[in-house]
Formats: sequence, C-alpha cells, structure tokens
Amino acid sequence: MSNHVRTHAIDPTVISENASLSNIEDEDICITVNDLNLFYGEKQALHEVNLMIPRKRVTAFIGPSGCGKSTLLRTFNRMNDLVDNAHVHGKITLDGENIYAPDVDISLLRRRIGMVFQRPNPFPKSIYENVAYGLRLQGIKKRHILDESVEWALKKAALWSEVSDRLNDSALGLSGGQQQRLVIARAIAIKPEVLLLDEPASALDPISTLKIEELIYELKSEYTIIIVTHNMQQAARVSDYTAFMYMGDLIEFGGTEKLFTNPEKKQTEDYITGRYG
Amino acid sequence: MSKPSINHIKKWWHSGEPWIWLNAGAVSISVLIVFGLLALIAVRGLGHFWPADIVEMQYLTDETQQVKIIGEIIESESIDAKQYTESGYGEAPAGEPKVTRLLVKTGNRDLQTDFRWLAEHKIKQQSKPSNLIVLERVEWGDFYGYLTQVNEEGELVAKGKSAWGELEKRLQRVTALRAEIKSLEKGAIGTINHQLEKLRLERKKLALTNDLTPENIAPIAAQEKALDIEYQALRVDLNRLYNEIDRDSAHFEAMDGRVVELPMASFISAHKPNAMNVWEKSITYVKSFINFLTEDPREANTEGGVFPAIFGTVTMVLLMAILVTPLGVIAAIYLREYARQGTMIRIIRIAVNNLAGVPSIVYGVFGLGFFVYFLGGNIDQLFYPEALPGATFGTPGLLWASLTLALLTLPVVIVSTEEGLSRIPGSLREGSLALGATKFETIWKVILPMSSPAIMTGMILAVARAAGEVAPLMMVGVVKLAPELPLDGTVPYLHLDRKFMHLGFHIYDVGFQSPNVEAARPLVYATAFLLVLVIVLLNLSAIILRNRLRQKYKALDN
Repeated sequence: MSNHVRTHAIDPTVISENASLSNIEDEDICITVNDLNLFYGEKQALHEVNLMIPRKRVTAFIGPSGCGKSTLLRTFNRMNDLVDNAHVHGKITLDGENIYAPDVDISLLRRRIGMVFQRPNPFPKSIYENVAYGLRLQGIKKRHILDESVEWALKKAALWSEVSDRLNDSALGLSGGQQQRLVIARAIAIKPEVLLLDEPASALDPISTLKIEELIYELKSEYTIIIVTHNMQQAARVSDYTAFMYMGDLIEFGGTEKLFTNPEKKQTEDYITGRYG
Repeated sequence: MSKPSINHIKKWWHSGEPWIWLNAGAVSISVLIVFGLLALIAVRGLGHFWPADIVEMQYLTDETQQVKIIGEIIESESIDAKQYTESGYGEAPAGEPKVTRLLVKTGNRDLQTDFRWLAEHKIKQQSKPSNLIVLERVEWGDFYGYLTQVNEEGELVAKGKSAWGELEKRLQRVTALRAEIKSLEKGAIGTINHQLEKLRLERKKLALTNDLTPENIAPIAAQEKALDIEYQALRVDLNRLYNEIDRDSAHFEAMDGRVVELPMASFISAHKPNAMNVWEKSITYVKSFINFLTEDPREANTEGGVFPAIFGTVTMVLLMAILVTPLGVIAAIYLREYARQGTMIRIIRIAVNNLAGVPSIVYGVFGLGFFVYFLGGNIDQLFYPEALPGATFGTPGLLWASLTLALLTLPVVIVSTEEGLSRIPGSLREGSLALGATKFETIWKVILPMSSPAIMTGMILAVARAAGEVAPLMMVGVVKLAPELPLDGTVPYLHLDRKFMHLGFHIYDVGFQSPNVEAARPLVYATAFLLVLVIVLLNLSAIILRNRLRQKYKALDN
C-alpha cells in the first residue's frame, strides 16, 4: 500500500464505504462551531469558521501545513487555553452547551472530549497505570473497577492481546504503533463522547498506520471522531465528512466522497489534485 | 627537504589531532592533581595510626656528653649546613654541604618536650629493644619507656618479665571500668540532670506567672527530692567505680633513667611495637583507626577520635538537604510552571543565580543576625521565657546552621530543578491535561516524578557544597567541643538547639588552634581525609538514588 505516496488524483474506490449515504442535514449534530475567530496575539489563525460535526461519524480536517486545522481541533477541548496569548471569539457548542462559557469546568470538558496527539506520548509509567491515569484522576481507587476498565479500554484499542501479559511493564518499552494505540486506550478509558485525533499516524510506519485506521473504523460506532491528517488518502479512507482548510479559512466542508470527487471550490480541487505544494 | 615536513605539520594541525592531545593532556593533568591531593591526604593521615617501631639511641649533645633518646622517627629532612649552623645546633660536619636532621617524637609530655629535631650524624648508636612499651594515655599524650613493675593499692604484684602479662590483664579491667563510668555519667546521671533542669525551668515558669503557690511547688519539690535520692545512690556507685579504677598503677623507666609511677586509670592501651610482626601491627592499626572514628576527642582535640565531628557533619548536611529540597523545588515549580514569564521573573532568576555567588561568610553573618538573634531571640521570648536569660534557640545551633546552609544552597537546587522541569516534553503535559487533569494534578503526578532525577542532581550539588562549608558555620553553630551529640536518647531526641562539631571546623581547629602543632598535624590530614570520605559517601548514595530514578524515567526524548 502506498500510504505515504502522494498521488495526484484520489481513487474513488478507497473512499469510505458508507461515505455515500452522508448528508449533513440528516445527521445528529454533536458539535457546532459558529463564527469562530482565533488569534495568537495579533495574528489571526482562524477566520469566521462555521462548522457542524455529526455524531458518531468520522470527520477529517485536511489542508496544507499551517492552515489552522490543528488549531481548530484544539479549540474543541480548549487546548489552546495553554497558549499564553491565544484568544478565541465566537461560539462552540457541544450538545447545545457553549464550551467557552465562563462557568465551564475545563477538566470536565476534557473528560468528555478526549484527544490523541501526533506523537505517542505515554507517561513513563506502566502500561496499566497509563490507562488507569484518567480514571485515578476521577478518584476511582477500587482495584476491580480499574482492572475492568483497563482491560476494556485496551481491548477497545486492539492492544489487549499484545500487552495482557505485561501490564506492569513500562509503557516506554512498546513500539511506536503500540504506544499510539495505548494512548488511544488511555483516552477512551474515561469514556469520552468525542475523540480528537491530531495526525495520529504521521509518526508511524505503514503497518501501524493501517492498524490505527482500522481502529478508527471500529471506534466510530461509539464515538464522534475528528481527525486531522496530512494524508489525503487517509482522510478519504477513514472519514465520512471532510473539511478542507486553507490559511485559517474553512474553504469547503461536506461528505468525503463529494469533496474528493466533485469539490465545489476551485481551491479544494487544486489541493486534492496536488496543485499546492 | 623542509617543504614536505612543513606540509606534514600543517596536515597534522588541520587533522584536529593536536586538539585531541591538548584535551587529553588537560584531562590527565586534572585527574593527576585530584588523585595526588587525595593520595597525599590519605598517606599522611592514615599513616599516623600505624604502630611504628620505637628507636633507642645515643645522642651526642656536645663533644663528650651523650644522652639516651627513646622515640619514634616521624620524618627526616636535609638542610643546608649553613642553615644548620645558624639555627644553633653547633658546627656542621666539615666538608658536608647538607645535613640530615630527624624529627623524633619522644612522648612523655609530662616529663619533657615531646618532639625534638636531632642531627643524624650525632646519633651514635641505634637499637630497637623489643621490651620498649608505648602507652596511649588519657592525658599527656603517649608514654615511651620500660615497664619495671605493676602495683595494686601501692603493693607490688609483679616485677620483671611477668609484669607485662599482668599489665595487659589489668588494662582490660581498667577499660571495662572506664566504659562503666562513662555510661553511668552520660546515661543515668545525665538523664537525672536533664530532669532536674526541666524541674528548675518549671519552677521558673510558675514564678513568671506568679503561680508559685505551695500546692504548685509541692509536686515539683517531691520529684526533685526523688531525683536527688536517686542521684545520691548513683553517686555512691560512681565513687566506688572511681576507687576501683584507681587501684592499680605501674612503674616505668623513662629515657632519662627516671622511674615514674603512672596510675593505670590513665591508660588507654599499651603495646610493644618493636616486638610485633606485621600482622599484629595491622590489627593494632585497624583498632586505633576505628577508635579514631568512634571516640570523642581528648586533650583539646589533639588526641582521641572525631566521632562527634563526623556525626555533626552528617546530621547537619542531612537536615540541610531536608530543608532545602522542598523549598527549592516549590520555588522552581512556581518560577517555571505558574509564573508569567516576563521581566519580573527574569529579574528574580538573575537574583537567584547571583545568590549562588555571594561569599559564604556573608550567609554566616546573615544567619547570625536573622536566624540566631532575630528568629531565635523571638522564639525564646515566646516559648522559652522561663529559661531566660539563658538562650535556647537564641544562640548558634544545629537548626540555624542547617537553615543558613539551606539558604546558601537554595540557588543550586532551584536552578537544577528548573532545568529538569524545562526538559520535560510539552507533549506529556498536554497528554495529562487532555485527560482532564488540572495543572496541579499534572505537575504532581507526571512532571514532578519525571523531574526527580534533576531534583536529585540539585540535592547532590547542594550536599557537596554544604558539607565542605566551614566559614558560615563558625558563626551559626559549630563549636570546638560539643559536650553532647545533637541526637540522643532524651526527648525530643533530635536537639535542634544544640551546638555541634563539624569535620571542616575540626581541621581548622586542630591545625591552627592547637597547643601542640606537631602532635596535631597528622590528625589534620586524617580529619581532612575523613571529610572527603564523608562527602564522597553522601554524594555516592545520592548519585545511586538518582541513577535509579533516571533508569525509571528514561527514554523521555522519544
């Protein structure tokens, strides 16, 4: 498979099978973004973004480097709050609640919206403790509850069979692909509603990438998944909806099949046919 | 012919080889200096405990007169004949440009000078009689001479050949009695004294609050009376022991022919080095080295051991580490994790770094002014008014010394902790935060454990610096001789208000404040060696701990 080879046209057969029935008007909407503007100091990184993320579907953000797709992803769990001079105008609602309202408990929000990063970032603890970390944060101490949850999450992340006999070994001893699945297990152990994946396979080899993609396919029956990717084929393979971003603008958003085969905007077409660098 | 060789040199120069040689040379010189220093200290210090042979010699004081000299040859040096003549030894032998002179330890400080320089060419006869005895004594230093007889209650019990066996036997009894006396004085009687002092303070406390009524005094007086009765009983025991230890004595012939009677109560050990083989000498060596490590000092620190100084150094350093680590870590966390990075924080950081460069004596002055007089004085006013005008905390002591050194080493801990915090990848913080952890939880559960090796590095540097510091300690708690250890069996066990001894100060004291320079000099080296050893051991244990932590949190840079 040529996962990492950039092709100029997308083969329609690789597009997600159920992408064809996607029609945003029929979907149950999970996250709504209204007139979102984001600034890093003076510099505006997102311009007037409007977007609806359907529930229990995979939505992909694509676009060239620096287009703001990761920034947009990070507004959903307010990760941008960590950046000193970042400020946000506009509204994002999760199940109808504004997540930027002043009384929002950020810890609670982040429990509802899990996130997986570009590079695997397991804690230097045992495999077990990595998965149990989020649960312990919630004050769960009972051993059998932790045991069950860890097993459940590791099975969900398709890692259980590989690590069940060495749960107490350091997580740093796992391979990159295993670490990334461990991190996904860690994220789903606290049962979030939404899973944000920020280029989850970009640091992995093709086999591991394939496993992650299979995992995404498995998980979408229970979670709303938003994935940022550089790899257009990956977006085509795993997502139901795709948003194309360019220079901080959301250029086009729609069903993946439609966006890749019959884009409305010239810019989208240029990008997916490889006319941008 | 010259051209190719210049090219050759040029090529060699550009190859970078000279740099490697330069670097390797610098490293070798540094290593040599360090090991040379350690070797010198070790040889000079550790050699002191070796039971060297005792020489008996005939020494010409002038053309005709000879005296007998008994002693241990400490060192020999070669001096100019001119210098020799000028220093009043008499004429140097004709035709010799150099004269060799020997430093001989003749001991017997109660009878004569115990060190003297002898010109080698005036020594006529040398021998090492096997029945020469070296006595280690409680006071007046070592005694060299021949045993003539052993007495009990002034009556002769053994004479001639059998005297030595008798002496050894009775020496064991004396040693046991001395230990008994010490444990009685320091143990039971010491405890009674502490309790009496407590009662005296209680009385004073009552007087201060005007509660000195007969009902209040009665229980105190009763306790005092009980303690006094107990004390009298112990006093009787003690007197009996003193009488027993004074029972035996021995007669010795010194080098000038005088026969002296010495009480055996003053003997610590006796041996005949000239009759001992290497194995026996080694055993004696190990014994006296252990004594040096475990005994209290005697005779203005020029004899005996250094145990209180070792103990004081270690206690002070550990206390310092316990005080400085949390403080430094908390400060570093604030500076790196919470504070808004700006001009203010930059200024604070510069100030912290500069604190590391302040001369340590300045910290001593600060410690004396702030901790001892201000803090300690106020603590005394508030909590120990009954002990006034006697100071409890308002005087230099262990706590203030540890605090002063904690202040001195704080920048080191802050800087290395900050370094460690900044090296933790941001992705791990994000990972924790994304799981719903608060910033505090992230710091506590992920960041602090991961920066523990860096914190340990800071602690190692702090310990290394603090253990060797002497100047500030002289102002805030170190003394020449501390009667009691800062840690003992009486409540509250760790006595933070007590003064303590320190190896570094001990070196200074023995080396420069001692009445007997020649006797003290080997002890200076031995103590210096011990100080280095203590610091190395403290550091080594911290380094081992750090490496374990590193192992646990390695592979951060994935």
